[in-house]
Amino acid sequence: MKTYVTQGFEPIDTLKKPGSDTPWTLKEKLLLGLSSGEYVKQLVRNPFNWILAIIYAVGIPIILGRFYYGLGWVTHSSYDYPWGLFLGWGLFCMVPLSASGFMLGTTVELFGRKDFKPIERLGLLNGLLGYFFAVMFLQADLGQPWRLIYPMFVSLGPAAVLFLVAWHVATYLTVQVAELVPAASEMMGWKAPKKFVKSIVLGLTVAGIILSTLHQGALGALFTYAPGKVHPLWYSYSFQWFHFFCSSIFAGLSMLIVVSTLSKWFLKWRCDADFLGSLDRITLGLSKGASLALITYLIIKLTAVAHDNEWGLLFTGWGQWYIFELSFGVILPLILYTVAIRNQSVAVARFAALIAVLGILLNRLNTALITFNWNLYQEIPHWREIVITVTIYATYILVYRAVLYRLPILYTWKGESK
Amino acid sequence: MKRLNRRSFLKGGLASGVTAAAVTGSVGKADAAGDFGGYPDSMGVLVDLTKCIGCRTCEAACNKEQNLPAPDKPFTDMSVHDEVRHGGLPRRTSEKAYTVVNKYEVEGREHPLFRKVQCNHCQEPGCLTSCFVNAYTKTPEGAVIYDPKVCVGCRTCMIACPFYIPAYSYSSPINPVVKKCIMCYDTRLKFGRPPACVEACPQQVMTFGKRKDLIDLAHKTIKSRPSLYLDHVYGEKEVGGTSWMYLTSQDAPFGEIGFDTHLGKQPIINYVKEFLAIVPMVLTIWPALFTGFHLLATRKEAKKNDESVS
Repeated sequence: MKTYVTQGFEPIDTLKKPGSDTPWTLKEKLLLGLSSGEYVKQLVRNPFNWILAIIYAVGIPIILGRFYYGLGWVTHSSYDYPWGLFLGWGLFCMVPLSASGFMLGTTVELFGRKDFKPIERLGLLNGLLGYFFAVMFLQADLGQPWRLIYPMFVSLGPAAVLFLVAWHVATYLTVQVAELVPAASEMMGWKAPKKFVKSIVLGLTVAGIILSTLHQGALGALFTYAPGKVHPLWYSYSFQWFHFFCSSIFAGLSMLIVVSTLSKWFLKWRCDADFLGSLDRITLGLSKGASLALITYLIIKLTAVAHDNEWGLLFTGWGQWYIFELSFGVILPLILYTVAIRNQSVAVARFAALIAVLGILLNRLNTALITFNWNLYQEIPHWREIVITVTIYATYILVYRAVLYRLPILYTWKGESK
Repeated sequence: MKRLNRRSFLKGGLASGVTAAAVTGSVGKADAAGDFGGYPDSMGVLVDLTKCIGCRTCEAACNKEQNLPAPDKPFTDMSVHDEVRHGGLPRRTSEKAYTVVNKYEVEGREHPLFRKVQCNHCQEPGCLTSCFVNAYTKTPEGAVIYDPKVCVGCRTCMIACPFYIPAYSYSSPINPVVKKCIMCYDTRLKFGRPPACVEACPQQVMTFGKRKDLIDLAHKTIKSRPSLYLDHVYGEKEVGGTSWMYLTSQDAPFGEIGFDTHLGKQPIINYVKEFLAIVPMVLTIWPALFTGFHLLATRKEAKKNDESVS
């Protein structure tokens, strides 16, 4: 794609063909204005697509096998570790990293910080796709995925934490789709849907905050069902929901910094001047938000240790691991963000964001898998489970890229009638 | 017998209510914790581990009663007692076996001690309270039963069970379900009969009866031979109480024969209540709070609009 752009090609960003009144057809829009042949040529030229092809060559047969032979074929069928990578990675890691949707919605629409507008849609899209693929991971993990709607309509267990997660993720997905309707409307030339969403945007945003507070917290609260199984340092029945909620704030913001950086590097041709010009300033703004969440999180984590009087546990082997998680995943990014903000150094902020994302992955995997059953034994996931996880994640990246190519997320649609 | 009409019922109810209030101090206080505490006449089983010889007759009876697949090794094969699975652990319940008997060599004891494992049928089960499709039911008879027709297969019940009991038929691609002991509810308990394993035991290790009577019996048994029995009825208080309870000997305390002695007395759901309590608060307070923040944050714009209008 870069090659075409350097040759003078301009991807479609208007409703009508330049200099005339004929509108672009849907096919032309989907192919960005290239011919089918040219489009395939750029697909083949991109080395990343070759990596994807290899992942799919191995992954798709194994995903089919998972549904043909059952979960027992792709996992160790553990009764002691009923949740493996599909949920440990796909649900517990993907959802906090997708908190950017409600964070940016709140910043721009609710607090009126219009200066963050250029990145708002990327934040919303990051949220929507993260949640959507968390559900895909869930579908790979559920014993009977075709019964996904049972907790909604067939047999209700409203007192369970997972009931709340199910309902909230479903409604929040709807909210996020609605929040991205304007982007699709611009591209398709629809006017009514965009106007309608604009009129209810405050309601959508507030709904986003409520649903996010509760389901991010609920993912943590799911582990309060397992008091002796999660290691006490990672377990706190009073604060578990707040740990998960608070850490999702800096997780979402840091993920947004990472994704916007990747977009700037690999999709520069699709970013407009507005996005590229404001990105450094916005990155530092997001850094400020992330560092506030980080310090809050650090304090409430230490409060939990004090609350349950677990200081002695810090001197055990698991305690060292806990100290490592906090130092690497919380204190280090906190220091880096502070340095970045003080010196106005965007590069340091981007590095801090990467560390913070890795820190969140470590925390969620620690809670769900590594310290889970700490007094039994360590479970290493089956290789097929890892392959399926990688394949679904690759699909997430593929869809993400396809949407960024087309919808006005990184650029502004031109000639839009108000 | 005097027929109870509505009037006398109300009068009687009022009178006993007042008496109850006078005795307990306050009606409200008695309900303040909101604990369920179990059905009053539920049944249970008292297991006297000092009597068990590890013959596996109960395993065979369970297998037959529940129509489970044939075991890998016959029930007469005692080498299973020395089997070690992942993590150096003894056998556990599985999709093919709802109960297993394990052997424990305890230091300072001449003979090994055997422990029977199956669902303990909690008074307030973790599996039941964590299920988002209400697949589990605690019956008034005391059994914790499961409805495979609504189960989605999220396996949160397996996370929530403090005793690591529910197993899952991972091998089935079309209809994987949770597999666990249901205290022979469908075939026996419903009709007032003891579970198959209890009836089959040649050593009378297990006593079937009303749970409250079994608690009395357990304490009487301990008092009758204080030098033999450990003064602890496992399951009387653990995780809010269980229908299955255990007695062990002084020289083989529960912690050394595979029981988790750090579970505490609270039912599992109590650990989740702090989160459940914030849900209605967030749902009711957040909308007004954040709309208020919005008005506050955009007040300058609003003022500007006002001025431009006037």
